[in-house]
Amino acid sequence: MARRSEKARQLASRAVQIGFLLVLLLLWYVATNFWGVNRLLLPNPVDVWEQLKDVLRTGNYLPDLRVTATEFVVAFLLSTTTGTVIGYFVSRSRFWTRVFEPLFAGIFSIPIILFLPLYVLFFGLGLESKIALGTTISFFPIVLATIAGFSNVDRTLITAARSMGASNWLLFRYVLLPGALPVIFGGLRIGFTICLLSILGSETIASLAGLGHHIVELAEDMEMSRMFAYITFVVVMVAVLNAVVSHLEARGRRHG
Amino acid sequence: MSAAQSSGVKSAARTVAFAARSGENASRMKSARRFFVRHPGVVRLGIVILIFIAWEIAARWFMDPLFIAPPSRVFTSLGAVLGTSGVPAALRLTFFELTVAFVIAVVVGLVIGLAIGLQPFARRSLMPIVLLVYGLPQITILPLFILGFGIGAASKIAFGVTHGVFPIVITVVAGVQNLKPILLVSARSMGASRWQLLRWVIFPHMIPSFFAGMRLGMSGVLLGVLLAELYVSTAGIGYFTQMFTENFDPTKLFGLIAMLAAMAIILNELVRRAENRFSRWR
Repeated sequence: MARRSEKARQLASRAVQIGFLLVLLLLWYVATNFWGVNRLLLPNPVDVWEQLKDVLRTGNYLPDLRVTATEFVVAFLLSTTTGTVIGYFVSRSRFWTRVFEPLFAGIFSIPIILFLPLYVLFFGLGLESKIALGTTISFFPIVLATIAGFSNVDRTLITAARSMGASNWLLFRYVLLPGALPVIFGGLRIGFTICLLSILGSETIASLAGLGHHIVELAEDMEMSRMFAYITFVVVMVAVLNAVVSHLEARGRRHG
Repeated sequence: MSAAQSSGVKSAARTVAFAARSGENASRMKSARRFFVRHPGVVRLGIVILIFIAWEIAARWFMDPLFIAPPSRVFTSLGAVLGTSGVPAALRLTFFELTVAFVIAVVVGLVIGLAIGLQPFARRSLMPIVLLVYGLPQITILPLFILGFGIGAASKIAFGVTHGVFPIVITVVAGVQNLKPILLVSARSMGASRWQLLRWVIFPHMIPSFFAGMRLGMSGVLLGVLLAELYVSTAGIGYFTQMFTENFDPTKLFGLIAMLAAMAIILNELVRRAENRFSRWR
């Protein structure tokens, strides 16, 4: 009986969620079609849908997607390798942890996007400045999570493994790594999200190509329904990527 | 093993190591070494100074002065940056945008968070929507904010609010959720009114998570306002960073960014201090 009412309540909250989104869409439709909201501020949802189909069919998004994806992949790989390697070596000594951890945490609390003009000045408007900025921004959560992960591995486990004669490699492979991995995965997930966001952001602010750049270009040409179509495309893509990464993180935590 | 236990083991290990070390013959080398081991802050400061020295050397002799400025020159140019006509006003404007956006985000976030958090049904049905929207890349709709609110301060404030409000809502909801039901039941059975319940039970228990939310909200507001400033600006700091970049004047650009970073650090630190102070009552 209790289970049934639990199920009914779950259904009710699902219904509210779907209803909420439907009402939002309906409001959008009514506002643009009948209430005379300026089309330059809010295009008609039907137009946006048509444009979205057009964008997807013609493959118009491919060159920009390629640029953004390249920037993102390079930046995330760079920050993952540097972050985990530096984090591991810092975490091996309690002294260096106490030296570096507050330093990294302090820098992480500054909005690094502030330095974007410096990156643009130094690396130019092309891919390099986005890669450099994305790497810098996602380095900090990854390195902090790696330090936290390795230094929170239970000391008694390490001592026990050592006293049973584990070599450095065995200690790393069977004690340190499994203990630290869940925390590191958390850091990688945060790094993933903010790396993607900072790359889209820096493309929006100053760039020559990429999805963020394309959206700004459409805004400047006042092609609102196509711009909304692009925004929908990017938002859905990022939401799907986030969901996939969350899922991977949850799996990694269980198996790590 | 719990965190407390493992830290106990750690501190025991530290004491043993310390005792072993202090028993050693204290030659000058060793005492210097011990000083550094006991004061990691000094070493940290030393590393930061080394980085600045490396930067100074690189910028002075090895790199193109059109693109990078040595820190000494940046420091001495701070006065000149402040003297540039319009810069003090731009800094004040940015500070104003940050404050207004933060206040709006806190008020709206608190109201929405309480409204959602206190109703179990609303929490279950609306929280997934809040989390979904929070996870979306808001930067892609920045051009819409400019179209809707103009290129003045209003669009920066609005963009800052949408960045800051979600973390506050989420932490307030989490704070309400962690409230022990027994406290609510016992207060109600002793005849507390709705207002009394809010004032004496819910609010004090929410304070720690509320301040944690304020801290996250502050970094969100900083991010939103600065993004919007850098994107387009007619009088704020975004205008000046662009001007200094286009004029290849890295000294002033570094100086202005250093001032902004200082502003961000101070604001973050203020909220963090408030958090530490107000979550101590428990």
